[in-house]
Amino acid sequence: MTDMLTVLAPDGATKKGFEAGLPDEELLHCYRTMLLVRSFDEICLKLQRAGRIGFSIPNLGIEATQVGAASALRKTDWIFPSYRDFGMALYHGIPAVEMMHNMFGNAEDSAKGRQMPVHFSFVEPIHFYSISSPIGTHLPHAVGAAHASKLRGEDTVHLVSFGDGGTSSLGFHSGLNFAAVWKSPVVFLCQNNGYAISCPSDQQTASDGYAVKAEAYGMPHATVDGNDLFAVRQAVLEASERARRGEGPTLIEAVTFRMGGHSTSDDPTKYVPAELVEEWKQKDPVDRFRRFLERKGLLNAEQNEAMRADTLAEIDRAAKAAEVTAAPGLETIFSDVFAEVPAHIRKQGEFLFDLSQRRGEADAGDGEFPL
Amino acid sequence: MANLTLIQAVNDGLRTVMKADDSVVVFGEDVGPKGGVFLATEGLTTDFGESRCFDTPLSEDGIIGTAIGMAMNGLRPVAEIQFQDFIFPAFDQIVSEAAKLRYRSGGQYTAPMVIRTPYGGGIRGGLYHSQSGEAYFAHTAGLKVVIPSTPHDAKGLLIASIQDPDPVLFMEPKALYRSVKGEVPEGEYTVDLSTLRTVRQGGDVTIYCYGAMVPVVERAAAQAAEQRGIDCLVVDLRTLMPLDEEGVLEAAKQTGRVVVVHEAPRFCGYGAEISALIAEHCIEYMEAPVRRVTGFDTPFPNTLEHHYLPDDRRVLDAIESVYDF
Repeated sequence: MTDMLTVLAPDGATKKGFEAGLPDEELLHCYRTMLLVRSFDEICLKLQRAGRIGFSIPNLGIEATQVGAASALRKTDWIFPSYRDFGMALYHGIPAVEMMHNMFGNAEDSAKGRQMPVHFSFVEPIHFYSISSPIGTHLPHAVGAAHASKLRGEDTVHLVSFGDGGTSSLGFHSGLNFAAVWKSPVVFLCQNNGYAISCPSDQQTASDGYAVKAEAYGMPHATVDGNDLFAVRQAVLEASERARRGEGPTLIEAVTFRMGGHSTSDDPTKYVPAELVEEWKQKDPVDRFRRFLERKGLLNAEQNEAMRADTLAEIDRAAKAAEVTAAPGLETIFSDVFAEVPAHIRKQGEFLFDLSQRRGEADAGDGEFPL
Repeated sequence: MANLTLIQAVNDGLRTVMKADDSVVVFGEDVGPKGGVFLATEGLTTDFGESRCFDTPLSEDGIIGTAIGMAMNGLRPVAEIQFQDFIFPAFDQIVSEAAKLRYRSGGQYTAPMVIRTPYGGGIRGGLYHSQSGEAYFAHTAGLKVVIPSTPHDAKGLLIASIQDPDPVLFMEPKALYRSVKGEVPEGEYTVDLSTLRTVRQGGDVTIYCYGAMVPVVERAAAQAAEQRGIDCLVVDLRTLMPLDEEGVLEAAKQTGRVVVVHEAPRFCGYGAEISALIAEHCIEYMEAPVRRVTGFDTPFPNTLEHHYLPDDRRVLDAIESVYDF
């Protein structure tokens, strides 16, 4: 594989002369965000096992890639996320409760309960684009949105994130090709986390890693240690600055590892060798950053425990608030298909309201999801 | 008023909105300096600059995918798919993304965009330059499907589609591009996106059609009147989604005898929806079973395309069969 950028060693040491370029409170915010992601995962797993939510996507091991990338962006930039990216939203201050509304699919969910859990959509305080389940379709969206920004002469950067599996999709090819030809201000962030559900990287591509694919499109690329927040941040910052200067897109491959399943419905022990998980545990991105903060004297064991407890409490409060929020009204099935509800859809809504009144509402079922 | 062909009316419509609204951008394969393979975008790059009308790489998925991104970020993209037959690599982008974006984001992200594409037979284009895929798209929640049949409607419906807040698939009957001419008002005007057009009044048989089938049906209706004294009510649906359902049912009730004509294959075709609506809502008015005159349930042939396409003989046959029932 091509040279991989690493700044932070597993013991938290940095290379001589390294300057994070971030104030202390910002470093602590990065760390706390990673803990928030971990707490979110933990609580969602429990909620799913208890049958209180149907599905969740764990992020264990990917936190530094998410937060490192997000920390390099401005609030005016746009994020086109995959479903394993919500640390980016948390970093930019989207409240955990807003996400929990989506996990429960309740009336306060921005998607009005229409999407599966983890399919977030936000426009404030940063554009965190509505997540779709088909893989790779959002890459050309980022390019189109970037093209619009460029035509208006803005210096907005559009970061689009996807996994190693996403590089095999149609949208990867058309997205990278269009962006390179149009010199669109896009940062393509490939999170190579080892597996696309159960399919390992060597079955996904025969090329030497993923970043190298950029060369065929005439686009610069970088390979970074995805468990090193500073390395990811540095690569995304450099790519963003290039994009802001009108020099076009970059493909970044963040090499990381999904230490959990694809989702709460998946059993990774069936296809991930146990020793591989052990190997990556030694490179845990959150532990690594904690050691850095400890070395810098910004965090001690006691403060760490307090921060962890605090993030768990925050997520727990969010979950409790979301769980008691009512389900969306029946009318939300029929609204937002078009800007205005056309006659035929209005009639179908009226039929359902009438039926529900006459015969009672439909049985919700057990909501088990197999993937 | 100017007397324009349908393709000139499309070009006029694009110019009209591009002049009025800087956010309208036109792009696709060969639409720039060449002006499109049918010349729908002729002169637009010269007159509006290459940031307003430009070529793209040869990728339908990329064209529609980037159009969605532009639309959500303040532009009004008008993307051309060179032939409707080539749209299928972008099917996912149209069906899973553009059509569902407003719904899945609770209105936070929307895709106000138009996909223009020539469809249908009659140019000896064989399997891959002749298809009528409207049923795939009319079946998709969140997508409007518009098909003009006259120069006047082509311009007015196109302007309405570009100004519409939702994604619109604008299918242009390429067989009519240069074979029909008509009066087209100058400047901006719109034709409503869910109102059918009554082409011919009559009390005996109702015929529903759209796009390139409209002139065929008009010819058959004239022959029915001349040869048999049968007065046909001819309806051009114009917007397949959302459909002017009330107008459709009203037209069926007026005669109780119905023929539906389209060049797309019959099975699960748009005519099936019209037939079902009439069966559901007009049964007590009906004097005869609904007849469908359509393409066959085969791929589209080349040499024998004139046998595949519904023509005035086949329409006349159907008119007489429901009239004589």
